[in-house]
Amino acid sequence: MTALLRKDLKILARSRLLVAVLVLYPVVIALLIGFAISRAPSKPRVAIVDETAPGETIQVGGQRIAVGEYAHQLFSNVEPVAVSSRAEARRQVSDGKVVAAVVIPSDIAARVGSGTSQGQVEVLYNGDALEQSLVREKLRSALAEANLGFSKQIQLAASEAIDALVRGGSLGTLGAPSNLIGLQQIPGELRSVIARTPPGHDREALERIGRFADFAAANLGVSKRVLASVGQPIAIHTELVHGRRTPLDSFAVVVAVAVSLMFLGVLLAAGGIAMEREEHVLARLVRGLVSRGALLVEKVGLAAACSFLVALAMLAGVGIFVSLDWGRFPQWLLALACGALAFAALGTAIGALARDARAASIVAFLVLLPLIFLALVPAGAVGHGFYDVISVISFVFPFKAALQALDAAVNSASPSLGGAAAHLLGLTVLFAVLARVGLRRAL
Amino acid sequence: MSAALRVEALGKRFGDLVALENVSFELAPGELLGIMGPNGAGKTTLLAAIAGVQAPSSGTVSLPPREVGWAPQQAALYGKLTVAENLALFARLERVPDARAAVAAMLEQTGLSERAGDQLARLSGGNRQRVNVAAGLLGDPPVLALDEPSASLDPAQRERLWTFVKGLTATGRAVVFSTHNPAEAQRHADRLLVLDAGRLRFDGTTAELLARAGAGETDLEHALVRFLEAVA
Repeated sequence: MTALLRKDLKILARSRLLVAVLVLYPVVIALLIGFAISRAPSKPRVAIVDETAPGETIQVGGQRIAVGEYAHQLFSNVEPVAVSSRAEARRQVSDGKVVAAVVIPSDIAARVGSGTSQGQVEVLYNGDALEQSLVREKLRSALAEANLGFSKQIQLAASEAIDALVRGGSLGTLGAPSNLIGLQQIPGELRSVIARTPPGHDREALERIGRFADFAAANLGVSKRVLASVGQPIAIHTELVHGRRTPLDSFAVVVAVAVSLMFLGVLLAAGGIAMEREEHVLARLVRGLVSRGALLVEKVGLAAACSFLVALAMLAGVGIFVSLDWGRFPQWLLALACGALAFAALGTAIGALARDARAASIVAFLVLLPLIFLALVPAGAVGHGFYDVISVISFVFPFKAALQALDAAVNSASPSLGGAAAHLLGLTVLFAVLARVGLRRAL
Repeated sequence: MSAALRVEALGKRFGDLVALENVSFELAPGELLGIMGPNGAGKTTLLAAIAGVQAPSSGTVSLPPREVGWAPQQAALYGKLTVAENLALFARLERVPDARAAVAAMLEQTGLSERAGDQLARLSGGNRQRVNVAAGLLGDPPVLALDEPSASLDPAQRERLWTFVKGLTATGRAVVFSTHNPAEAQRHADRLLVLDAGRLRFDGTTAELLARAGAGETDLEHALVRFLEAVA
């Protein structure tokens, strides 16, 4: 077997282009995924047309809220491009210079201030179905956040107005008296007046006013809390049922490394076995020179060792961008080793069943690419029946198990490393058996 | 003289397909035996069964696989390795006691010493076939099985190959080869087997096959076709 191993290493060393592609392809893919997920998403370039008069405000109680505050909230969630007119905004959207334009109309202050109608902003966007969907979602989110910030300002102003009504003082509204009596003070003031008023209709009327003032003072205080809950009616409290919370960038590292491990392990093993058939050497080898089992062990071992080393180097390299827990290094090794073995065994099965290296590579790509997407489909994103099918496919191929093992090893995520590692070793045996069956035909 | 190889009642089935049926023959030391027959007659299957590449469904081959050198129709060698590396690899796998000496001897014998450092993929078809045969001889087997050894060679390359093979038989090694080329069989084979639909239809010299076609027949191809039509 040593002679075969030396031969394969020699052939690999002489196939520099192939080795470069085999190593660089998954590494580049992995780094792209890593960068894409670990970096914050870029803000979309959005043209903002503010048609309101400079410094325009909305009157809420005694407070004036600048309309510019709304634009400011919106700016924080997009990359704003100041545009002077609606026509210019439409042109920029059409030319693709911005993904969308938001027009804040001149009557927004009047509409919001009226208290009876809703302010409206206009959104212009373009592009294909995918871009449209992306822009709609991004803008909806940005506008929702801007609305929330703006509504907090309005809540604050409304709350101060309620305070003035309850405690007395100045409403701050133009033309309103400066020293109003508060609802809380009315019952006390009325009590001495009622004491001086003889029993009869007038006294009863005063007593009713006093009771109303008492009731109103108590309940207007509650309305402040009601305002807060209307602004954000449901707050979110989250709890992770098991495992620990995995940061998205750490998970991205795990995905990237698993992808590299899989491509390298499967393609090397598949190509290695298929090459023996393609070079017509398989028949010569298995007629007593090397047993089929030993040949499989050599191919699995070589592919697993190469993919293990590349993936380990990658994991360490990506650690430059993302903070990883090096204290869990032994767990990394275990997860990588089990994953590498399972992928290499899958590769030998593909290679043994294919007629030549080219067919093996094509079959490997056709099998591997969907596995990545299927493994990343979250539960609940698709229908129950379809998710069950996805789960079965993900269970019988090693990508999802390798992802879980690496996630457990790197991020202490659940399910446990032990379970995922055992699953991978089981799949290694299964695919090795399939490969052995595929090798029965030597010619 | 005892036979170098004895094949008895050999049969091979692939599911319902009968590839070989009850084939028996003997091969003497130093004999050059040709196997002819139409496509699908079972020539390659017979050689593969003799070489131990395919286990027979029935019957026996007197030698274990490692005592039969085997050179398949297409060179079973690694294109990225040099001639010497290919031979050294198979010598080690054959557990030849002195692999280095065996490789040197085989390079000398095949006249490829000067090409020892060339990658196999860069050799001509003829030279590749010589290395292919040489790889089959590394274990110094008493019998060599060659599957259409000259199929892809030009006349000059064929000539060199047959000179080399005849050199082997001159030292007592028995060689059995398959061919589609009647002229080649007529010129080189000491004896001829004719297979058809997995059955052995003829075992004798080329002169005997010509005689079966009628007096004065000298064209082996013509004689073979008439013979196969007669037995069909």
